[in-house]
Amino acid sequence: MALLQVKNVSKGFGPKLRRTEVLEDITLEIERGEFVAIVGYSGAGKTTLMSLLAGLIKPDSGSIELGGREMRGPGPDRGIVFQNYSLLPWLTVYENIALAVDQVFPQWTPVQRREHIDKQIATVNLTPARGKVPSELSGGMRQRVSVARALALNPDILLLDEPLSALDALTRANLQDEINRICQEDRKTVILITNDPDEAILLADRVIPLTAGPRATLGPSIPVTIPRPRSRTLINESYDFKQTRNEVIDYLLMATDKRQVAVSKRLVLPDLLPEDLNEPRSLIGTKRRPRRRSEQRRETVEVTV
Amino acid sequence: MNENLLKKIDWLILPTIGVVFCVLIWSLIAGKEVRRETTDEFGDKVTKVQRVGVSADLPSPAETWNKSKPYILQPFAKRGELDQGILSFTWLSLKLVAQGYFLALLVGTPIGFFLGLSKTFSKMFDPIFQVLRPVSPLAWLPLGMVLFLGAKLTIPGLGLTYSASDFAAIFTIAVCSMWPTVLNTAVGVRAIPQDYLNVAKVLKLSKTKTLFKVLLPATLPYMFTGFRLSLGIAWLVIVAAEMLTGKPGVGGFLWQQYNALSYSHIILCILTIGIVGFLLDRLMSIVEAQFKTA
Repeated sequence: MALLQVKNVSKGFGPKLRRTEVLEDITLEIERGEFVAIVGYSGAGKTTLMSLLAGLIKPDSGSIELGGREMRGPGPDRGIVFQNYSLLPWLTVYENIALAVDQVFPQWTPVQRREHIDKQIATVNLTPARGKVPSELSGGMRQRVSVARALALNPDILLLDEPLSALDALTRANLQDEINRICQEDRKTVILITNDPDEAILLADRVIPLTAGPRATLGPSIPVTIPRPRSRTLINESYDFKQTRNEVIDYLLMATDKRQVAVSKRLVLPDLLPEDLNEPRSLIGTKRRPRRRSEQRRETVEVTV
Repeated sequence: MNENLLKKIDWLILPTIGVVFCVLIWSLIAGKEVRRETTDEFGDKVTKVQRVGVSADLPSPAETWNKSKPYILQPFAKRGELDQGILSFTWLSLKLVAQGYFLALLVGTPIGFFLGLSKTFSKMFDPIFQVLRPVSPLAWLPLGMVLFLGAKLTIPGLGLTYSASDFAAIFTIAVCSMWPTVLNTAVGVRAIPQDYLNVAKVLKLSKTKTLFKVLLPATLPYMFTGFRLSLGIAWLVIVAAEMLTGKPGVGGFLWQQYNALSYSHIILCILTIGIVGFLLDRLMSIVEAQFKTA
């Protein structure tokens, strides 16, 4: 039995007449301990899919089951890392995580909780910054706090919603490696949503393409057979990597091509004549206004006979 | 020109020029005492004292200073029940304002939260607030008088006695100064990023916990902007409230000095009210800065 089962889920927004169907017929099964990456275009509905999985919005049709039970609303059994960190700016790193831990594990003693929080902060290498507020941290550090907060809930499943797309390339690579390490350490179940196929292949066991919206849907899942631990430098030369990458990109491009429709449009050519350089330029008034062919009543053409 | 000098010009010289300019215009408009000696029909010399000028009865800056000097040098000196010293009066006014102001915060902040949180509440009451908001303190005061007609409250422990006019004044200050707090709090609540609310939802925080851990801290900067504007209005209302209720205070003193024809003191009162208002605003903006979050 799969840990997470998404069956024929559709979701659209807007009133009846101007409704846009964002996601259509999404079916997804995730086993315990699996790392699945969903790759899609910007604006394809990746965040909508994540909100559905998080329980922040309800599907129009279809069902989502987590651990064999129908999912109703958001809950701490899913640890979520949002693209824009979503840390509370008035709380320190420690307090941000403590807010989550105190809420989810009220039965623990304060000492237990403190140790747990400090362990999570250490996991993401932020111990020196534990007393700082988010505005004093860099983007990469903020995202680490967000990851630590999600992990601190001991969730059944970790949902990463484009966690790295707001970061610069170097920080991004660093955090990719770190997420890889953390997730491999205790075989967490993870869904990563991203727009970067390379990132997906580097981290995931399985890559699922999400076609372009509207009416985006999931493609066939493409297994990543590259053995772990995967090294960023070696992977670039790996044949498997190129193969998988081509497969993902080909599918995404093909799926887009299929939905391209011919549209005929009336072509309007610019109705402008070259500037008359003989006319004097002036600052006041518009002597040299653009001349249009359609406005020209008469044209003198000198011809030598 | 070095930078230090430029800074000095900015901070010291330019405002001074502004003040000098205004005082100059004031002295141009103000009246002057002119003594004229004439001989009447009996051949006697008569000295007539007359005031001339654009606004003949407006005291000139020098006259104002001369008449105000004892008040400024001995701001707490009591010269009678109606003349207790300008700063004593200011203190009385401040006490009254503080009561009305805190009442306004106590009532206004929750209303602002409800407006921001509930669309139904907002649709129900927003039109009423928009209509009541521009009503002048002069209009609220008589209503307050009627509302608390015959009311009397004594707090023996503190030796405080509240009469109908006290209640009316506090009511007026509260009603008038409430609106910036209400509206800013509502705006602040509506401006809370969805991310923060998502955090609360995902963690399944209870309603009270969401309020105190997420909503309140996220709204604080907006609330304090409202508090600061409210304090400004509360201080603005005091003159009107004291004039109409006849309570002792800097506003009441102003009105009574007008009736006593000592016009110099009107200007003294205006300047006192202005400076106190300015100081209060500065104080609040320092407090406000403490609550700014990123």
